[in-house]
Amino acid sequence: MPHSRAALEILNLCKRFERPAVDHLDLTVRKGEFYALLGPNGAGKTTTLRMVSGLLKPDAGAITVEGIDALADPVAAKRVMAWVSDEPMIYDKLTPLEYLDFVARLWSVGAVTAKTRAHTLMEWLQLTPHAHQRCEGLSKGMRQKVALAGALVHEPDLLILDEPLTGLDAASARQVKSVLRERVEAGGTVIMTTHILEIAERMADRIGVINAGRLVAEGTLEELRRQVGGGDASLEDTFLALVAQQDAPAEVVAA
Amino acid sequence: MNDTATLTWFAGHEFRLAWRDWLSMMTAGKRGRERVVAVVLVIFIALMHLFAWSMVARVAGIGAHPDKAAFIGITGSLLLSFSLMLSQAMESVTRAFYARSDLELILSSPVESARVFAVRIGALSISTALLGLVLAAPVINVLAFIGGVHWLAAYGVVAAMGLFASALAVALTVALFRSIGPKRTRLVAQIVAAVIGAAFVIGLQVAAILSYGTISRLSVLESAGVIGHAPALASWLWWPARAALGDAGALAVVVGIGLVSVALAIAAFSASFGDHVVAASGIAFDQRRQRTATVFRGGSPRGALRRKEWMLLKRDPWLVSQTLMQLLYLLPPALLLWKGFAHGHGALVLLVPVLVMAAGQLAGGLAWLAISGEDAPDLVATAPVPAGAIIRAKVEAVMMVIAGVFGVFLLPLAWVAPYLALIAGAGVLTAAGSATAIQLWFRTQAKRSQFRRRQTSSRMATFAEAFSSITWAGTAALAAAGTWLALVFGLIALLLLAGTRILAPRAPA
Repeated sequence: MPHSRAALEILNLCKRFERPAVDHLDLTVRKGEFYALLGPNGAGKTTTLRMVSGLLKPDAGAITVEGIDALADPVAAKRVMAWVSDEPMIYDKLTPLEYLDFVARLWSVGAVTAKTRAHTLMEWLQLTPHAHQRCEGLSKGMRQKVALAGALVHEPDLLILDEPLTGLDAASARQVKSVLRERVEAGGTVIMTTHILEIAERMADRIGVINAGRLVAEGTLEELRRQVGGGDASLEDTFLALVAQQDAPAEVVAA
Repeated sequence: MNDTATLTWFAGHEFRLAWRDWLSMMTAGKRGRERVVAVVLVIFIALMHLFAWSMVARVAGIGAHPDKAAFIGITGSLLLSFSLMLSQAMESVTRAFYARSDLELILSSPVESARVFAVRIGALSISTALLGLVLAAPVINVLAFIGGVHWLAAYGVVAAMGLFASALAVALTVALFRSIGPKRTRLVAQIVAAVIGAAFVIGLQVAAILSYGTISRLSVLESAGVIGHAPALASWLWWPARAALGDAGALAVVVGIGLVSVALAIAAFSASFGDHVVAASGIAFDQRRQRTATVFRGGSPRGALRRKEWMLLKRDPWLVSQTLMQLLYLLPPALLLWKGFAHGHGALVLLVPVLVMAAGQLAGGLAWLAISGEDAPDLVATAPVPAGAIIRAKVEAVMMVIAGVFGVFLLPLAWVAPYLALIAGAGVLTAAGSATAIQLWFRTQAKRSQFRRRQTSSRMATFAEAFSSITWAGTAALAAAGTWLALVFGLIALLLLAGTRILAPRAPA
């Protein structure tokens, strides 16, 4: 596998539906980094990440995942990453254990390794009591945790999560955050979109702000604050200021 | 709002929803299609009348003094309609119990739930009767046109049967609920509905095969044995038939029974209906420990995909009941096969198109579930497995199920009549492959729970699948009979497939 210091490199990425959803986007996420992608509704966050995951074909641009050209060799790129959407991608008629077995086999994880990892993940996410219940009977939070366990069972280098904490109660959200943090500490890379700015503020190493399909700001919270000239403004104030700058007429911004 | 006003308003609300639901089903939810649908419906109704003409024109002359044979024929036809309406009504009642939709809103409102469910049982009865009337209309119209207006009384009989079937369906489902509990009722009621819907036709076919060695159900109804043992002409058993022939007294009794049965069902069950619905929603999902399949044995991604499809198919109660119904329809051919062991093979030719047709239909449903009804499309799409391999695995899963189901018939057939088995095997493979290909060309992204509505997502795919199965069944029948016309039918089937491929969307939606 090619060596690269970046877990994800996006260059000049474009995707247009009725209007440009992603507009000449450049983005780099370093290995071992927890990266939060923020933006208002319809900013292009999910579209960008779906293109990275191979769920959408870009109109133009380049995507490199762990040094692999994801557009030229999507199967190789998929092997090293996992995608978790806000709607849990699980099967109602399978039990969590059967689901993890299915995912492990899709990623060609050996049976013994898969079994060990599955039981560890179930334990971490407190899913063990529900291991033999069909997923149709699980709550939204538990379903989301099953989906997360599925994403982690093949130990991806790059984990992409789209609003993973939507609908989770406080205890479940804490478990998920803890698992994600441990993943990063173990050397993995996590990219997450969220509308809960407090989560990004507390968890992310770096934050990217996307608006109208373009990256309008990027950096640590301190760096973002400096960009809007605020001393100790909260991320919410900083985010709103950055988006407002972008939304203002070009001449005003230039001025 | 007073009690009457509440009932009227709620009945209006129910019918408005039912109308919009029907319109949406007919137009596949696309605006501006109403005119096209109306034209298609007019053409369809005209064709149905032509079909009815070919079926019943010869019996329209039955007048004021029918004989036993006429009564048997009319009663048999009415029983067939009744079994279908009862099946449909049971399906509707089960849905009313288990589909949550607006029930939580209704049950949490300050309206007395007994009143709400009285309207709901009434609406269900009327919609069942209406469906029966719509299906029977071409036959009744043709009979009235040729034989005289007295046949129009049959409309009243069909409506009364619809009402009686609905009342019976409510009583049966509630009885199931009380005896085996809400958890099992869902599956059992669907299976019972499927069996009832198929039982009458299959029963006649089985009797015909055992008695006359033919699959035609008319052989039984027209036989001297049945006519000889039938009750006297004055028996009350012939009242529905008398009513259909325009006997005003019999018609009044039959319609009265229909209305009274619905009134009794409302009086007896509307109060407890709400409790049953609450009980059903409370146990919607079993929280107990399930038997988990053997896991973590390793294997290829394609094997994992196939295994997953089989597990999901096996655990889908609605699919199980539908598949069971299709298998029930294979019971008469199986019997024919069994008879073929003992007496000549002539009738076995009939088995070939039945198997081919059934394979096409079953494969179409399974292929939709495996290809379009993927509940975790993003998971599968983000797996490091080439898209082609994913599709191949799903097609393999479908074809292996077809091989398993139809192998049971083909292997004994090969023992008795190898040539017919070869033709049937090729036909099963081709029809199943064609139906799967059509589902592949028209694949959409849907939830498995939308299976009931799969026909509405693409009318083109639905018709192409049906015509493909019919033409392949025709091809196989002609080939089994040893005529070169099979080549013509085969060519038509291939042209149909080619045309479908051309009309299919270029890229999956």
